[in-house]
Amino acid sequence: MIPLFLRELRLALRHPADTLASVMFFVLVAALFPFGVGPSPELLARVAPGVLAAAALLAALLPLDRLFGAEAEDGSLDQLLLSGLSPAGIAAAKAAAHWVTTGLPLVVATPLAAALLSLPGAAMGTAMVALALGSAILSLLGTAGAALTLGARRGGVLLPLLVLPLAIPVMIFGAAAIEASSSGLAARPYLLLEAAMLALALPLAPLAAGAALRGE
Amino acid sequence: MEASLIEAQELACWRAEKLVFNCVSFAIEPGDALLLTGHNGAGKSSLLRVLAGLLPALSGSLLWSGEDAFADLSAHGARLRYLGHQDALKPALSAAENLAFYARLHGGDVMAALEALGLAALAELPARVLSSGQKRRLALARLALGQAPLWLLDEPSVGLDAASVERLAPLFDAHRAAGGMVIAATHLPLPLPAARELRL
Repeated sequence: MIPLFLRELRLALRHPADTLASVMFFVLVAALFPFGVGPSPELLARVAPGVLAAAALLAALLPLDRLFGAEAEDGSLDQLLLSGLSPAGIAAAKAAAHWVTTGLPLVVATPLAAALLSLPGAAMGTAMVALALGSAILSLLGTAGAALTLGARRGGVLLPLLVLPLAIPVMIFGAAAIEASSSGLAARPYLLLEAAMLALALPLAPLAAGAALRGE
Repeated sequence: MEASLIEAQELACWRAEKLVFNCVSFAIEPGDALLLTGHNGAGKSSLLRVLAGLLPALSGSLLWSGEDAFADLSAHGARLRYLGHQDALKPALSAAENLAFYARLHGGDVMAALEALGLAALAELPARVLSSGQKRRLALARLALGQAPLWLLDEPSVGLDAASVERLAPLFDAHRAAGGMVIAATHLPLPLPAARELRL
């Protein structure tokens, strides 16, 4: 698993375009919003939690349809399945690499996006934690989705339809945590609920993805 | 009488709404080589994928030392090397890095494997700039990493020049001398002396 994870990181470093595309998408959505809803700081701060959570989830979704697609096209997936690694282990390494190469850069870009949406400074830390948890859950769900849609024609269309409904609780509690923090309430319960969802997805999503990889 | 190591019994494969092959049976022992021949679409590649456990067999079974080989697919995968049509190389990584990834999974020495296929001078080049014959040799270099009893090769010599095909001979000989087995689908002669032929 670790060699696969390291190879993914190395490939992402050689081809940073995917990572940059996700971060750009995230920051650009945050930059465009004030033009749409008007520059009033109160209004922006009001919509900021929802916009941040939605933009981050959609940005993390961008590189997912190539997650296994590229491996299947060049024959690497066959080699991985025959390498003695369990399919669930392959999926777990892929999900971890997706989070490090997509989720983590989004967390780093969160202060910039939050500032563009004039989110109160006090809520910045919560926003980063909420998006870190949320993107980790999405990486796991997305890996299962990518494995299931592998080999389907137009898998890229099917994937968001499959993954986003499952990500709605993440969206609700992630945005609620940021909202609570920006209005001076405790964000902890919401973050704990997000962490609970992560704890659930952590073992289940790789198992589901692994089963889908074998069935292909 | 010693039981043969690998025994395929009446394997059949169903793909894309049609029966690709049916009632394929053979047995091979350590040191054996089996050539799969047949016209395009006869099911050579499908049979290799079935034997690797990448494609489920419609019926029949594969016995490895008398035990069902498909019972634990991960363990089955670890005791074979599969070379498909695609070379499974990452264009952004150098030849040595591509091989080093598999060396970490299978064991073995990267430079020795590159040397065996005459690629030592190209080790630091990204796989993207290699010619198709060089890419094929790099994919074949995976065979020279760590030992695995069974090699499944899908047209290994495609794109190779005569000298490169000759270079495979010591690789095959050493593998078979150590008790390894080779099953290769091919249209071209391969340096596999005393190989049996299975016509699909």
